[in-house]
Amino acid sequence: MYAQMVKSEGPKDQDDPTKLAEFQARIDAGEKIEPKDWMPEGYRKTLIRQIGQHAHSEIVGQLPEGNWITRAPTLERKAILLAKVQDEAGHGLYLYCAAETLGVSRDEMTEMLLDGRMKYSSIFAYPTLTWADMGAVGWLVDGAAIMNQVPLQRTSFGPYSRAMIRVCKEESFHQRQGFDIMMKMCAGSPAQKQMAQDALNRFWYPALMMFGPSDKDSVHSSQSMAWKIKMNTNDELRQKFVDQTVPQAEYLGLTVPDDTLAWNEEKGGYDFAEPDWDEFFEVLKGNGPCSVDRIATRKKAWDDGAWVRDGLMAHAEKARAAKVAAE
Amino acid sequence: MTDKREWPLWEIFIRGQHGASHRHVGSLHAPDAEMAILNARDVYTRRKEGVSIWAVPANAIAASSPSKKGPMYDPAEDKAYRHPTFFDIPKDVGPM
Ligand SMILES: [Fe+2]
Ligand SMILES: [Fe+2]
Ligand SMILES: [Fe+2]
Repeated sequence: MYAQMVKSEGPKDQDDPTKLAEFQARIDAGEKIEPKDWMPEGYRKTLIRQIGQHAHSEIVGQLPEGNWITRAPTLERKAILLAKVQDEAGHGLYLYCAAETLGVSRDEMTEMLLDGRMKYSSIFAYPTLTWADMGAVGWLVDGAAIMNQVPLQRTSFGPYSRAMIRVCKEESFHQRQGFDIMMKMCAGSPAQKQMAQDALNRFWYPALMMFGPSDKDSVHSSQSMAWKIKMNTNDELRQKFVDQTVPQAEYLGLTVPDDTLAWNEEKGGYDFAEPDWDEFFEVLKGNGPCSVDRIATRKKAWDDGAWVRDGLMAHAEKARAAKVAAE
Repeated sequence: MTDKREWPLWEIFIRGQHGASHRHVGSLHAPDAEMAILNARDVYTRRKEGVSIWAVPANAIAASSPSKKGPMYDPAEDKAYRHPTFFDIPKDVGPM
């Protein structure tokens, strides 16, 4: 998902077994763990990685959509897209704050993203080539994000859970504005409908990859699920997403780019083709079509903003000193 | 690694439309109080969630210790009589 393949760390030898058992019992009882409570080091580290990756995804995720703000077809669409992208900045900030309660600073996390020690979701390494991609991204990418974020509202770590509640309140607008773009394009000229189909063709498999590798290859899941850092398996969520999305594509009169797609009465869900996992792992390694560009853009923003951050800090310190002197 | 000039952390409290108390909504970084309030406007009230913002330096907050939960809150446990439902008032008495 926004946090794919998060390397998890289990309990460590130095963790006191009594405390570990008490900790697990609190989680099993549905209690929230708060930043100052005792927690195993593995829980803390895994959460920093997961929340950090989620935060980075929100921030880097602004870029593919930001690409179209200046070229939106109407002023209204432009205002809507701007508001959507601004929400994503907010999501990133809520999540950075949640991660910071675990003893890492936002600036440190940013540096780790920029030098490749931390990751962001594979989906944002793909380009947005036409206006229809704004529709497909809202519909599919935010749709997939919702599927993952709704259960995470119940995650065991209090600050993460509260950030997710806030995010989920805003996410439905994102998906709907995307679907609305798709509806408009599909009701338009044949060329417009073709653009919508092309966007679905390009985003379908990358959207399926958002849920992370197949459960049989997902080595980090079980500990994270026991600690309620992860609420569902990757395959469960992917299936749910496909089952929800296929009828929506039919409504639009679009074809999901999968010849094997078929309703399976027995399981009460669709059978569908897996994405190309080799491609997924390449993208995660930083070899996606836009990977280099995304990080370069973030790095430029970070470097170019340094004088502003420093200047405002210097100004604040000076003003504080002047105030003290005047008293 | 951590730059000592990193913007300090502020805890943000917002009072909603309907006259309830300010409620903690989250935190953010800002160089000073004025910027903290401006940033809080953008981060926490994009949908008219509030009509008043408090920004408090995070390091100015004193918090109770989670390990002292027992001694702090257990004494209230056996005082059910502090709740009105503790008392059975006959129906005949009427609303009370
Ligand atoms: Fe988001
Ligand atoms: Fe979103
Ligand atoms: Fe998200």
